[in-house]
Amino acid sequence: MSPRPGFVLEVDRSTPPTLFWNGERYGLERLPEGARVVYAPEPLDKIDDPVAAIRHALEHPVGDSQPLSTLLRTGMRLTICFDDVSLPLPPMQAPDVRQLVIEEVLDMAAAAGVDDVMLIAALALHRRMTEAELRHALGNRVYDAFAPHGLLTQHDAEDPDNLVDLGQTDQGEEIEINKRAATSDLLVYVNINLVAMDGGHKSVATGLASYKSLRHHHNPGTMRHSKSFMDAPASELHTANWRMGRKIAESVKVFQIETTLNTDTFPSRFAFLQKREWEWSLRDRATFAASSAALDRTPERVARQILQSIKSPYAMRSVQAGEVEAVHALTTANVWEQQGVAVSGQTDILTMGLPYICPYNVNSIMNPILVACLGLGYFFNMYRGKPLVREGGVLVMRHPTPWDFHPAHHPSYIDFFEQVLPQTTDPVEMSKLYEESFATDPWYIHLYRTGHAYHGVHPFYMWYWCAHALEHLGRVIVVGGDPKAVRRLGFSPATTFDDALEMARDVVGPSPTLTHLHSPPLLMADVT
Amino acid sequence: MKTLLFERSLPRFAAARVASTFGSGRGAGVGPLRLVDAHAPALPGDGWHRVLPLLSGICGSDLATVDGRSSRYFEDLVSFPFVPGHEVVGTLESGGTGANGSPLAEGARVVLEPVLGCTARAIEPPCPACAVGQIGDCEHVAFGHLRPGLQTGFCADTGGGWSAAGLVAHASQLHRVPGGLRDEDAVTIEPVACAVHAVMSADIRDGDSVAVLGAGTLGLAVTASLAHLSASGRCAVPSSLAVGARYPHQQRLAVELGATEALSPGQLARAVRRRSRSLALGAPGIRAPKLTGGADVVFDCVGSADSINQSLAMVRPRGRVALVGMPGRVHVDLAPLWHREVALVGAYAYGTERIGGAAAPVRTFDLAMEVVAALGTGRLVSATYPLDRFEEAVAHAGSAGRRGAVKIAFDLRPAPGTVWKERPT
Repeated sequence: MSPRPGFVLEVDRSTPPTLFWNGERYGLERLPEGARVVYAPEPLDKIDDPVAAIRHALEHPVGDSQPLSTLLRTGMRLTICFDDVSLPLPPMQAPDVRQLVIEEVLDMAAAAGVDDVMLIAALALHRRMTEAELRHALGNRVYDAFAPHGLLTQHDAEDPDNLVDLGQTDQGEEIEINKRAATSDLLVYVNINLVAMDGGHKSVATGLASYKSLRHHHNPGTMRHSKSFMDAPASELHTANWRMGRKIAESVKVFQIETTLNTDTFPSRFAFLQKREWEWSLRDRATFAASSAALDRTPERVARQILQSIKSPYAMRSVQAGEVEAVHALTTANVWEQQGVAVSGQTDILTMGLPYICPYNVNSIMNPILVACLGLGYFFNMYRGKPLVREGGVLVMRHPTPWDFHPAHHPSYIDFFEQVLPQTTDPVEMSKLYEESFATDPWYIHLYRTGHAYHGVHPFYMWYWCAHALEHLGRVIVVGGDPKAVRRLGFSPATTFDDALEMARDVVGPSPTLTHLHSPPLLMADVT
Repeated sequence: MKTLLFERSLPRFAAARVASTFGSGRGAGVGPLRLVDAHAPALPGDGWHRVLPLLSGICGSDLATVDGRSSRYFEDLVSFPFVPGHEVVGTLESGGTGANGSPLAEGARVVLEPVLGCTARAIEPPCPACAVGQIGDCEHVAFGHLRPGLQTGFCADTGGGWSAAGLVAHASQLHRVPGGLRDEDAVTIEPVACAVHAVMSADIRDGDSVAVLGAGTLGLAVTASLAHLSASGRCAVPSSLAVGARYPHQQRLAVELGATEALSPGQLARAVRRRSRSLALGAPGIRAPKLTGGADVVFDCVGSADSINQSLAMVRPRGRVALVGMPGRVHVDLAPLWHREVALVGAYAYGTERIGGAAAPVRTFDLAMEVVAALGTGRLVSATYPLDRFEEAVAHAGSAGRRGAVKIAFDLRPAPGTVWKERPT
């Protein structure tokens, strides 16, 4: 049977309760009759021989590009950059597609006699990856061949000796990116496009940039005018990155390799998490009951370890290589083919259960700022056309929102939460008053460069990511969250889902429409 | 007349100490403090006046005394039995003169400057400190015609504020309360004077970053004093005034009184680090990071081992830590003090202050009255109790922060309410 497309269910009396993620837990909620539930498409068929598909893509590039083998030559300087630990989510089962692609690129480079090769994790301002994370992304063979010789590095946006100024765009945006990458004869970028937002010129213009460069598009103005991040033509974030990418292309030869994945998100023992509830088998029901009860009784830290250990059975759906924009057009089409769901009309109340993981807490804690970012920055933006929820509508999220931070990964988040949010939740005001001091703070910079800390400015970016939703929504309600933490975010806490709906009615009226975003697996709503 | 008397009783002292392990202020019920019927003490000599208390506050040193936790250092500086209470606003039973020599009519409202220095003790010539108006540093608080007692409220001859019978005060201890001040404002003048003295002697310079650890009465008074005195040109203007306050109402009050930011004590060091753009030693998540730089001046308004250690960890090299909260015997690691050449200085009581290059010193109490009037520190008085509910009053004072309060006082006004009155803080 071929995979079924995405689906919008209208809840009636016979509809079983709906699965809601709740951080490191999950449970069922009975939605009111007439509510809609948006389900992701089923996983499309995987590529049977991904290695052959990669080889084919490298030798049959799209756009204005030569086959990779003809771009490689003895004596050249080759740099391979790759997406970091924030992709995919959850981390995929080995072998990771980055490993498969990079091994092929390296085989070709070796065959061409290229011996000046360096690998760079394109961190932007993210935390440095651990050895285990690098080994998982690249495989032991690649790691052991490069890391011991210092040829596997991680982009350091605060290393003035390894950044280069490539001028400005016609809008005056400064471009400062990784020097080794920019001064190579060929820059090969290896991407995983989990959602439509990823990839394209954003790979190099963001992933290899410094704060000086990133601030031109990671700011409240740009974020507010990105409607949405998943729809590049309507995204100011992407428009700015495209300007920068085209400027970079004037002096840097980039060979872009992008991959897409299917939506096979959870391993078989958690298969119920990506099924439609009325199709749960007896085994699914038993697994749900047992696992949710066990997680409810498990200390949060242990539950986090259990869930963070999940490796997704994602399979590669497509691989395309060559010139950045031509590649990305194909990539985006492939992502939409897998994740797109047609939805007719907006809703008064949008509900969602937030899972345990987002791009910035892999092997870490989902702190309150990341909860906000996942709900308002990511899930809210999983649309094209119009937001799922109408302007002035209410977003109801379920997440425990613990007042808890990973001190090594998110040190500046702690200070942002304690020192900035009590003063203001307005992205524009905080950017004026506080951003620069956080961005240039020597301790945060030290921890970013030498430890595993996100850059000092990163919590601001997470908040800016919410800017469009904050402006659009009438209220944000968090069900089951730590009330103090929720209020600190400027949101409203609710004890139960029913309480949240009552509170939402105060904003949108007594007979609201309600739509539930049943994700993960990831889906993108094409709202008309 | 109802009077709370503190007697020397080792068994009761021990009982109070044990009881206080269950919470500050719990020693009142079992310790040496008793409610008795007593008369006002006799006037010790010329120049002395009888004061009938209206409100009398309970301060941290009172709590430590009642709980048997005071340092043994004070043993020779007090005389038993004594009536506690040194934060006093009251009325004069008969006319007299005040500290500045001005006449005071019968019934005049006065606030007590409780230090019993050379003048009150009729010691001539006065000690060097008293000779220049620094009565807090008086060398004779255990000598002269009065029995030992560093302040009224710790001396067997003067009585104290926790008595309806009244106390005796020397003219040099009396300050007229300006007409615009409520009793609640006036009863905070003494702790505010302590804060003013701490601020004026902290060697703050323009642009300094200042941190205040603790937001009880003293911490909030230091905040208010620094904010007012710097705004009115009496002392240097700091670039920041960050306050570590455990409870939300304390954080709100700190900001209202002039703090640039108020945070939980655990966050204070992080805020200081960020403001000073300092680095920090150790893992980034530890509760009390050791800063490489830090605040120029830290006011420790708690006086515990933890607070002193924390202060030393967040002051910059060659910075200054002012101990405003009364410490006892504490275990403190002085390695950072030595290594970073930090000045750890005490800040006790009051006297006179020199402002800028002015030739004549100003009385600390006069400055304190200005601060009280300008910032309305009477809002810190959260609840008042009659004397016969002293156990509840002291327990309330001992858990003030937790219970949303700041300053607890005894209400001895002629027609006090029959039950204690709690005001929103």
